[in-house]
Amino acid sequence: MAFFLETLIGGLMAGMLYSLVALGFVLIYKASGVFNFAQGAMVLFAALAMARFSGWANAALGGDSLILANIIAFIAAGGVMFIVAWIIERLALRNLVNQEGATLLMATLGIAYVLEGIGQTLFGSEIYNIDVGMPKDPVIMLESVFEGGILINKEDFYAALIAAALVIALSIFFQKTSTGRALRAVADDHQAALSIGIPLNRIWVIVWCVAGVVALVAGIIWGSKLGVQFSLATVALRALPVVILGGLTSVPGAIIGGLIIGIGEKLSEVFLGPYVGGGIEIWFAYMLALVFLLFRPQGLFGEKIIDRV
Amino acid sequence: MIYRENGQFKTSYGADQQIFPIAQDRYLVLAIIAFAFIGVPMLADEYFFRAILIPFLILSLAALGVNLLVGYCGQITLGAGAFMAIGAYAAYNFLIRVPELPLLAVLILGGLTSAAMGILFGIPSLRVRGLYLAVATLAAQFFWDWAFLRIGWFTNYSSSGSVSVSNLTVFGWDISSPVNKYLFCLAILVVFALIAKNLTRASLGRQWMAIRDMDVAAEVIGIRPMWAKLSAFAVSSFFVGVAGALWGFVHLGSWEPAAFSVDRSFQLLFMVIIGGMGSIVGSFFGAAFIIILPIFLNQFLPALGDLFGIAISTAAVSHAEFIIFGSLIVFFLIVEPHGLARLWATSKEKLRLWPFPH
Repeated sequence: MAFFLETLIGGLMAGMLYSLVALGFVLIYKASGVFNFAQGAMVLFAALAMARFSGWANAALGGDSLILANIIAFIAAGGVMFIVAWIIERLALRNLVNQEGATLLMATLGIAYVLEGIGQTLFGSEIYNIDVGMPKDPVIMLESVFEGGILINKEDFYAALIAAALVIALSIFFQKTSTGRALRAVADDHQAALSIGIPLNRIWVIVWCVAGVVALVAGIIWGSKLGVQFSLATVALRALPVVILGGLTSVPGAIIGGLIIGIGEKLSEVFLGPYVGGGIEIWFAYMLALVFLLFRPQGLFGEKIIDRV
Repeated sequence: MIYRENGQFKTSYGADQQIFPIAQDRYLVLAIIAFAFIGVPMLADEYFFRAILIPFLILSLAALGVNLLVGYCGQITLGAGAFMAIGAYAAYNFLIRVPELPLLAVLILGGLTSAAMGILFGIPSLRVRGLYLAVATLAAQFFWDWAFLRIGWFTNYSSSGSVSVSNLTVFGWDISSPVNKYLFCLAILVVFALIAKNLTRASLGRQWMAIRDMDVAAEVIGIRPMWAKLSAFAVSSFFVGVAGALWGFVHLGSWEPAAFSVDRSFQLLFMVIIGGMGSIVGSFFGAAFIIILPIFLNQFLPALGDLFGIAISTAAVSHAEFIIFGSLIVFFLIVEPHGLARLWATSKEKLRLWPFPH
């Protein structure tokens, strides 16, 4: 039982990490109807920027204040992501308004290539570490309930907390601020939003910016877990089932989807994996999402698709 | 004034419905095919065959298959690489387990296995649509990546995980030299392109296009969505599977599952979208563009660096390749979202009117 719970909690926390990446997809899809395959590249780019900036800031400060260096690096990396968002909107998206979904998808794949290339040219292609001072040692909980207790990775726990905080902040931003209201209006209907004077282009820059910041947070957390390297870009592929399971248009869907996928992956890997040779988590997530999709084709929380002739 | 159908009268239904109604088109295509069969083997050297021509032929075949599904039936797929892998590994298993089979039969059987799997993984398309389907097809990709890596039976329990074939002969014709490989692939491609073209002009292709344009409306006028979608998946997977078998057998010789990774799927989809969705000739343009561009950049960038006296490191070149490749794709999508095939069609239209503007 304790082992089962341990796996379950591990899955929940891994799921929160997937949600973080998935959130970026959902934000951009909601506001512009673009399925942004470049999200993985943005995570990589942001993580690279963060890792290098924090290294440089640390060196400039003489290495005595890690927190200050990280704050400076975070702000600088955020600024970089803003510039990236602005350039993407300016050069690519603005010229691709009203294209088919597949074309936009391919365009974001192109953007992903560009970002990966530029990121590695600017920041180098070695493996870097991000150290934001998160505790790495595991803790043992509930010792009184189970024999031996449950082992929980502290780093994962804090990451999950950060993810949760980010989601709450985003929900408030979407629901309570006037920019958030404009974003939701654009998501509903581009033309109607334009006609009541909402500047589409600025909204898109903001959305890509927010997605960039989400990517930055995801990049920091994933980067401090796995190290900042090229393979970080493939995190997006791990997060895709989360997005379609939760629904492309739903922020809470990304969270719930992430939790379901996280639990499913961990449980399948631990209890099913040994029978079939292991390594199944990568496709199991997709299969799980597929099964859900067969019952709800628009994802768990997606908007219902209504067909009219 | 040269490219004009003036004076070409059609006197039978057959003549009216032929694939290239304009005589000049017919002669051009025949000339190109003749050149490909006779001229190219005399002109090209071995590197050219290995690095450009053979990959181009095989990936055009795969892109053709993907185009049938994505461009004609409107079902976006990101799992094409998996079906290439299925074709390759199925053909491999037929080859080693039933050694009596001739090579062509092995390739076709590989394609048929891939078609069967295509139907299986196409079933979600009956419920799931658009981008959701695109992500769902990734399930096939990752599942088969895993299966060919972990299930020993598929690779005949080879210890390194890679499988290899050698001494390929077709009806006694040895196809180990690059020229023969090229001719073999070319012959298959011509036959398959003809099949694809005729399929899309016939009842089945029209059903696919109706489903693509609006599936509910198509259902209302009596097209069975299940039949149309699953047949598109089957035919597309068959093409892709044969291409995969060729890729493994003829181009690579020995291969690992990584040869058919998700990057391959993206590459094929790139070819279709850059070339032009719903266009047979577009698949060839797309394949040529996607294959030649990286090779060109790889050769051209260091040369450019030398010109300005800068030594560019290999890492920088590969990053620059990424950047230029990505930006060119975005650029093409912005300039011509309907792909190179549309440019081709426009230029033909202009040529017909030349020297008049209208």
